[in-house]
Amino acid sequence: MQQTRSIEMGTGLFVLLGMAALFFLTTQTTGSGDFSGSDTYEVTARFDNVGSLKNRAPVRMSGVTIGRVTSVRFDPVTLVAEVKLEIESQYDRIPKDSDAGILTAGLLGSQYIGLQAGGSDLSLQDGSEIEFTQSAIIIENLISKYLFNKGSDSDKK
Amino acid sequence: MLRDLYRSFVEFLRTFGALQLFFMRLLTHSPTILVRRFGLVVQQVYNAGALSLVIIMICGFFVGGVLGLQGYANLSKFNAEDSVGTFVAFALLKELGPVITALLFAGRAGTALASEIGLMKATEQLSAMEMMAVDPLRRILVPRFLGGVISMPMLTAIFSVIGLFGAHLVAVDMLGVDAGAFWQQMRSTLEIGDVWEGIIKSVVFGIVASLLAVWEGYNAIPTAEGVGRATTRTVVITAIAVLILDFMITAIAI
Repeated sequence: MQQTRSIEMGTGLFVLLGMAALFFLTTQTTGSGDFSGSDTYEVTARFDNVGSLKNRAPVRMSGVTIGRVTSVRFDPVTLVAEVKLEIESQYDRIPKDSDAGILTAGLLGSQYIGLQAGGSDLSLQDGSEIEFTQSAIIIENLISKYLFNKGSDSDKK
Repeated sequence: MLRDLYRSFVEFLRTFGALQLFFMRLLTHSPTILVRRFGLVVQQVYNAGALSLVIIMICGFFVGGVLGLQGYANLSKFNAEDSVGTFVAFALLKELGPVITALLFAGRAGTALASEIGLMKATEQLSAMEMMAVDPLRRILVPRFLGGVISMPMLTAIFSVIGLFGAHLVAVDMLGVDAGAFWQQMRSTLEIGDVWEGIIKSVVFGIVASLLAVWEGYNAIPTAEGVGRATTRTVVITAIAVLILDFMITAIAI
């Protein structure tokens, strides 16, 4: 009887540890748990070039993460990339004329969207579009600009 | 010469087919055993999982530590030592965690299973059970198989987590990487799919390692030498199967 008890204890402890480890892996090592449960609203932004922006990339304002990218797709009608962002509902006073740029965290870091506040009294809400956008900086274009003193026209925007 | 080759090929096909049928039989009995004889399964989770915990934790810690060292040494050449966390997490969660755990599992638990079942067969305990109308497949093999399958994902997760902390200790506490950068870069790069890839791998490896251990023990030649050979074959075949499957699953996932 004592034997079975200790075996059951050991097994219980082991399974508990295993579950805790699985929970740690799924929540702590990925950024997926960051916004679960909080209300968000969705806005769109169109970029000439999104560089290597990925789904779930952070949306930052003054360096603070306030949302995530939910989809990146190419719009066949307007011929530019259309990015959908979800922003936490508590940040509901972002001016409508704010501009969005695709920035890079560090030299080798991943890309994120940086929002710069505008001056309008109206604020962004669900379904609205950010009109002022700035494309990702493509290093090849920068180098060619530097070397040949010219770049493709899309950079001058 | 050609005839020998042909014969060994046919023999291989026969063994492979028999293994599949054996696997099917294990699977069909698994649900009932899991419900009705849960105590037996718990006992085997203890044997296969809880008793492997120490070796898994020690190995995980040092594998993580060495990844931290190597990652730091190489990434610091590009001033990118902040990415050590990402590097270690990718290596551990997707590849090294499942694979090394499966190899250790085969060495620690697989051999124990194979030799235990082989000895039962050699001492005719299995035949005795059949005489008493107890199906050894259900009473002995299925609980051991299930115990291994349940234990492997847990062992893998524990291995990976301990490895991450080992890497944290080396990279952050010894080499001075910023702790925030270590975790934050990992979080922003890793996606939930990467974690799932590792979990799926560990489940598949658990099934394969347990199946092969039980199979080798059950089909051991019932002599001292035969049991010894079955134990060796368990480790060798499991290692080969796990590494091949690892390649295949990674190829599918990418």
